[in-house]
Amino acid sequence: MSAVLEKPMSMTLRVLDEEGRVVNRDLMPKLTDQQLRNLMRKMVFTRVWDGRAVKLTRQGRLGFYAPVAGQEASMIGSEAATERDDFLLPSYRDIPQAVWHGWPMYQAFLYSRGHQHGGQFPKDVHVLMPQIIIGAQIVQAAGVALGFKLRGEDRVAFTYIGDGGTSQGDFYEGINFAGAYQAPAVFIIQNNQFAISVPVRLQTAADSLAKKADAAGVPNVQVDGMDVLAVYAATRQAVDRARAGGGPSVIETITFRYGPHTMSGDDPMRYRTKDMEAEWKEKDPLVRFRKYLEGLSLWSVEDEERVVEEANTAVKDALEQADRYPAMTVSALIDTMFETLPADLLAQREQFAGEGK
Amino acid sequence: MAQMTMIQAVTNALDLELGRDESVLLFGEDVGQSGGVFRATDGLQKKYGDQRVFDTPLAESGIGGLATGLAIQGFRPVMEIQFFGFVFETFDEIAGQAARMRFRSGERYTCPITYRAPFGGGVKTPEMHADSLEGLLLQTPGLKVVIPSNPYDAKGLLIASIRDNDPVFFLEHMKLYRSMRQEVPEEWYSIELGRANVVRPGKDLTVVAYGAMVHTATKAADEWAKTRGIEAEVIDLRTISPFDIETIVASVKKTHRAIVLQEAQKSAGAAAEIVAQINEHAIYHLEGPVLRVTAPDTVYPFGLIEDEWLPTPGRVQAAFDAAMKS
Repeated sequence: MSAVLEKPMSMTLRVLDEEGRVVNRDLMPKLTDQQLRNLMRKMVFTRVWDGRAVKLTRQGRLGFYAPVAGQEASMIGSEAATERDDFLLPSYRDIPQAVWHGWPMYQAFLYSRGHQHGGQFPKDVHVLMPQIIIGAQIVQAAGVALGFKLRGEDRVAFTYIGDGGTSQGDFYEGINFAGAYQAPAVFIIQNNQFAISVPVRLQTAADSLAKKADAAGVPNVQVDGMDVLAVYAATRQAVDRARAGGGPSVIETITFRYGPHTMSGDDPMRYRTKDMEAEWKEKDPLVRFRKYLEGLSLWSVEDEERVVEEANTAVKDALEQADRYPAMTVSALIDTMFETLPADLLAQREQFAGEGK
Repeated sequence: MAQMTMIQAVTNALDLELGRDESVLLFGEDVGQSGGVFRATDGLQKKYGDQRVFDTPLAESGIGGLATGLAIQGFRPVMEIQFFGFVFETFDEIAGQAARMRFRSGERYTCPITYRAPFGGGVKTPEMHADSLEGLLLQTPGLKVVIPSNPYDAKGLLIASIRDNDPVFFLEHMKLYRSMRQEVPEEWYSIELGRANVVRPGKDLTVVAYGAMVHTATKAADEWAKTRGIEAEVIDLRTISPFDIETIVASVKKTHRAIVLQEAQKSAGAAAEIVAQINEHAIYHLEGPVLRVTAPDTVYPFGLIEDEWLPTPGRVQAAFDAAMKS
């Protein structure tokens, strides 16, 4: 027998197939009708809002924006499995999770525009500013989770990274630290197939990104990221185990972003084909879940129309609120560098006091 | 009062802070069971338990991330980077994350982290252990940088660093760890960050230094007073970001001449900034250019030649000469 074994096959868990048929009853999460409807509501809402955000970005009414369509099941199914007191460390695309976790939408819009108030989360919203540096949220999540453990709080830290992000050293360091301290953390890899333009096969020889956690001794699973029930079920188990003192988990969701990397000039046609996009749209998370709910008479055209209306109104209101928010000044920004400003910075503040005129 | 080395003063400061504030946590590579490679944390895990003082996996960025995550959850982390040369591995967590946290969140989150690291030349370490990289930290908005020159200051400044509600980088010069003892009160006290100390008064020449260079400067000044009757005033900065320009300017107005000493390479570091600020605030009081005595602009050399590479007494004397001629 060879001492070096062949790679084991990884398996992707799912509850619903593309047609919305239940293929795995064992994994079916225990959700009330209302909870099921709410998952659909959030996905439809997010799809509408994402479409609006893309347009608003093109009009110059939003700033930095990374489209999310295609990833709704992955994002919403996982966030829905957490509690309000759990702490979210999002990456830059994870705006929906942050908003569903309590971040007021107008502040998310201000963040997109580059306004400091975007990151001034209300005290009862347990979210960190979206991370720009790939992997930094993973090592920080280990710290937040260790803090919960040291204080004996039954809270969980949860965080997101992309497929490319799992190549970063911080990814390994963070999951390894969480494993070493058995800290209550859940790490969700959203494998949307491309890190901007570079496909997963160029990132790694691993056939599963979740399996990378094996090396750190952290339990892991790969789920169909277009299946909101599978994502919810896996995250719920991971969150419950973390909360009960069972340590961290890594979940890989297999998903796809329909749009470009960000609205800042990326052209997906340089690295993927129309056929590939069409293939993934066949797996659409909303279509699949809608079919499932319709089969149970839990979703109707009227429901859909109501949510579309709700989302459009929410975006409009948030935009107006963002527009009304006072402009920043450099001197006010200087005030937030330190608790007490040193003399030289105070002098610089004076120089900027008459700014913008 | 007890006689303490700098390493004992550091341990004493950490002990007092762990004792008075439950949110203070101490962690890093080998700081728990073993008490640190220099024994700075000796006995502290035994005294406060492994929930307060603990070892980390061997990964500096992970340690930095741990500190950031704990800080935003209300802890007051004191993390050790085993040697300052390893800071590159965790530079994002310091400069990219913790130092920006207050600003990015509009003060919703803060990072009252103290980063401790040994550094400094003259003890024949392997590569990447002795480098004076403090210039990199000075270019990091949101971060304070402290470098004590003696045991008494080390204790008071470390306590002030831990108390500070913003991230502070606390650098401990390895050559000073055990080379001198000093009277250090055993009770709690702190020394305000950002305040320099005039360690040797004089009227003829201002010498600005920090860390081990304070002792090089003082020795040279004593020598000069004896042989030439020229009195140099030596200023120990103690905090190099923000540094105490007021004390420097007051001295320059009296002496009209200044030199700056640093172990680090010449270009774009602490000395360069000090010279620039002297020019901004006191150029009309100067009789001549402000000179720098520094290492040359090379990477930190191999151990066998470091004593020649670092500012030598001879080069300090030459700078004194040059300054007095102007």
